[in-house]
Amino acid sequence: MMNKMMKKGKTIPVLTVLAVIVVIWYASVVWMNAPFERDQAERLGKETPGFSELVNRTMAQERPVLPAPHQVFAEIYKTTVEKKITSKRSLVYHSWITLSATLLGFLIGTALGIALAVGIVHNQAMNKSVMPWVITSQTIPILAIAPMIIVVLNAAGISGLLPKALISTYLSFFPVVVGMVKGLRSPGRSEMDLMRTYNASRSQVFWKLRWPSSMPYLFTSLKVAVAISLVGAIVGEMPTGAVAGLGARLLAGSYYGQTIQIWSALFMAAALAAILVMLVGFAHNAVLKRMGQKPEAIA
Amino acid sequence: MTVVSADSLDLTFQTNDGPVHALSNVNLDVAQGDFVSFIGPSGCGKTTFLRVIADLEQPTGGSISVNGMTPQEARMQRAYGYVFQAASLLPWRTIEKNIAVPLEIMGTSAAEKNKRIENVLSLVDLANFGKKYPWQLSGGMQQRASIARALAFDADLLLMDEPFGALDEIVRDHLNEQVLKLWDQTNKTICFVTHSIPEAVYLSTRIVVMSPRPGRVTDIIESPLPRERPLEIRESSEFLKIAHRVREGLRAGHSYDE
Repeated sequence: MMNKMMKKGKTIPVLTVLAVIVVIWYASVVWMNAPFERDQAERLGKETPGFSELVNRTMAQERPVLPAPHQVFAEIYKTTVEKKITSKRSLVYHSWITLSATLLGFLIGTALGIALAVGIVHNQAMNKSVMPWVITSQTIPILAIAPMIIVVLNAAGISGLLPKALISTYLSFFPVVVGMVKGLRSPGRSEMDLMRTYNASRSQVFWKLRWPSSMPYLFTSLKVAVAISLVGAIVGEMPTGAVAGLGARLLAGSYYGQTIQIWSALFMAAALAAILVMLVGFAHNAVLKRMGQKPEAIA
Repeated sequence: MTVVSADSLDLTFQTNDGPVHALSNVNLDVAQGDFVSFIGPSGCGKTTFLRVIADLEQPTGGSISVNGMTPQEARMQRAYGYVFQAASLLPWRTIEKNIAVPLEIMGTSAAEKNKRIENVLSLVDLANFGKKYPWQLSGGMQQRASIARALAFDADLLLMDEPFGALDEIVRDHLNEQVLKLWDQTNKTICFVTHSIPEAVYLSTRIVVMSPRPGRVTDIIESPLPRERPLEIRESSEFLKIAHRVREGLRAGHSYDE
């Protein structure tokens, strides 16, 4: 397994980049946290500590400007493995809150995106009228829209999971529409002509030609969509005073200067996004395999 | 019986560079069981004419009938099978599933479907390749599969638009032989577009020579060659004489200085 990855020539470059990042990070930790230690020493009337002492202290602060990697990972370990997942201090609990909104929003966004794309491809009026609005929707900053969605839905008596999910939907339907319009239009002229010679109906052309042709486009869009769904869910938690979720952790962390908590939530969100994108990738490969793709065409 | 009948057919495309006269005053009758080749340089309207028969283009003047109907009515009744220059097989379907596409669309029963698939696969010598995906087949085999697909619903008219244009000459010779055999076995009417003189002469009972600007028919040659045609017939003097006449016709209708 390891050998195979080495042969592909990805492992060494990736590890090299990782090592460089870690080195820069630790150097920055010392550089950014040192002023606090010097101030501290001055205030207490002590001598400024020597270099090795200084380095040690910069990496063990309670509220560092920049926490060291090992501090972040210790915090993640503490709040995932050592806490019960039902605890309000468990990062797993908060991740699940965000993940559930992400997945619901992603599902609605995907369904909405596909439905719009089908309409755009099949209906001339929709083709001319909908696409500009779809693009306009994405030029509005999500941070401006998110609180309004929450407030409006709250007034309508809807609160909890759905409003957050809808913010995810708002972001994630876009790549699906764009990708699927392209995918459903991807069959060439001779394939379309062929269907015409069979006197195929529109629904037959859709199910036998357009839909299968669009699969690679769909999954490429879904990878983008699932990642921004997560962004949407986190953004949905931030301006609304949510008490749970990764967004709430980020916000609470910044209120109380808990930088380690912020960074651990950040890493958790990144890991979650990576896992979600990977899962979509697996689904993509499985579908391509079922569709009889040439093995080397599957990445 | 006349299968295709065109009477002073005209077709002008409106393009951004002005109108293009693709077909001008084309008169042609294709009888049941004919093998008609259309030959000419690009832009002579040979493919356009085939597409008019198939109701893929609309003529702007004159009249055309297919099986005594308008092309549209004929298409609705699935009166013809069409083979494109590219095999256009759906990559996510196996060969037999590809052949099943028109049958599925036409609502053929499962038992009948299987019987027909088996039948046409053996007609094009692909009996053992039904379970393969298109990418597992060579270009020539893919084109044979696409011919099998056009034969699957047993239309009496077969329209072939440069089906072997992208293949090398050895494969092409082999496929030409197969097409002739198939024509002989099924007694279908075939309209065949090509830009190869030997191919046209070898295959056809009639050769329609066309020339461009405007696209028109310059010569129609009735072939005196027998129905039974071994590959060696291409070295006979009769064959060469027809080939010569086709070449003359092409030269007369087309100035290469343009």
